[in-house]
Amino acid sequence: MSKISRGANFNSGNSRSVQTLSLPDLPYDYGALEPAISGEIMRLHHQKHHQAYVTNYNKALEQLDSAISKADASAVVKLQSTIKFNGGGHINHSIFWKNLAPVNEGGGDPPKGSLSNAIEKQFGSLEVLVQKINSEGAALQGSGWVWLALDKEFKRLLVETTANQDPIVTKGSALVPLLGVDVWEHAYYLQYKNVKPDYLKNIWKVMNWNYATQVYEKECI
Amino acid sequence: MASTQGFSLSARSSNENVAAKIELKAPPYPLDALEPHMSRKTLEFHWGKHHRSYVDNLNKQIVGTELHGKTLEAIIVNTYNKGDLHPSFNNAAQVWNHDFFWESMKPGGGGVPNGELLELIKRDFGSFEEFEKEFKTAAATQFGSGWAWLVYKAQDNKLLVIKTPNAVNPLVLDYYPLLTVDVWEHAYYLDFQNRRPDYLSVFMENLVSWEAVSSRLQLAKAQAAQT
Repeated sequence: MSKISRGANFNSGNSRSVQTLSLPDLPYDYGALEPAISGEIMRLHHQKHHQAYVTNYNKALEQLDSAISKADASAVVKLQSTIKFNGGGHINHSIFWKNLAPVNEGGGDPPKGSLSNAIEKQFGSLEVLVQKINSEGAALQGSGWVWLALDKEFKRLLVETTANQDPIVTKGSALVPLLGVDVWEHAYYLQYKNVKPDYLKNIWKVMNWNYATQVYEKECI
Repeated sequence: MASTQGFSLSARSSNENVAAKIELKAPPYPLDALEPHMSRKTLEFHWGKHHRSYVDNLNKQIVGTELHGKTLEAIIVNTYNKGDLHPSFNNAAQVWNHDFFWESMKPGGGGVPNGELLELIKRDFGSFEEFEKEFKTAAATQFGSGWAWLVYKAQDNKLLVIKTPNAVNPLVLDYYPLLTVDVWEHAYYLDFQNRRPDYLSVFMENLVSWEAVSSRLQLAKAQAAQT
């Protein structure tokens, strides 16, 4: 394979091209989670914030590809933080849209089956689990996420937070995210302003426990 | 205090907690004075709720501890703990950061500084335009919550632009802070939503108090000369 110098048009020519990502569609209308989360927030969150993570991740991938082919280790290392920020942002938000659902599509319905049993066994009740998630979310300083995760090695549920757009795997390679709650201010500010606890209280009305259950059952077979 | 003089001076001093409380300082202008560049609504929430909460929560955290009665700067340095942050660092530093932020702005602000400050900016950045670009870039690329700063580094007698995450500020990094812009989303979301770069342009063009920056520089150089 001949070496092709990469210009602005890196997809032309017959060399390997970078597999870029695109913004996943929301599985429901922007207004479908109201009144828990406003349509205005959903539109901005999806079309502006998530889109920006996708766009910037793709840009970083192009630069990474170029740095790799030039054997520029310094440039490769320098790109790691923007890849983590933007790639993490894409990963986390892709999960988030799926772990929310309109009320008439099961949003807010409590978990059933094996996940429900695991929650009772480990936390005592769903209420206790929700309280724990909310208090960790409220206490998080700066930007980040609070997660209900499964440690697939030990088959245990846990509540964990991550800073900025760090995916849950940064807290443990065996961790699988079941539910994520975005506590970046952009996730709630236009509607709830500084009252983060109200956002945390209301998001459970549109929480998609079906999604969490599917992921849990798949890992626990 | 048992002495009658203590009691007669002030009824408030009968509760020793009151004297040691950190207070919420008002911005040096009315809450609508920065319109249309920063809305009254933003100031009402940003100062009236966020800044006020940092003050109230800090006071709750320090009462009955060794930090109670110390100055805000001392609490910040103590709780920064060389990067191994104590729980009250966030509140303490954010109280200070927001005081500094309100005082970094003024109605009819923005534009270009003059005098020694402008000369030093030209010397250390090449031109005012290059400083502005570096400052806005730092502010735009601080990922997550944080701040961008123009600082004076006494050891090198140099002006620098830095960015910090969450509540970290130049006091704990051994720089003299001269100017800051808040890039936590709550600082700009009501007025600009996701458009942080627009917020930063408006800040530079219409809000920066170069008088405040200049007098901070004079103070910093005077303090540096004494040490």
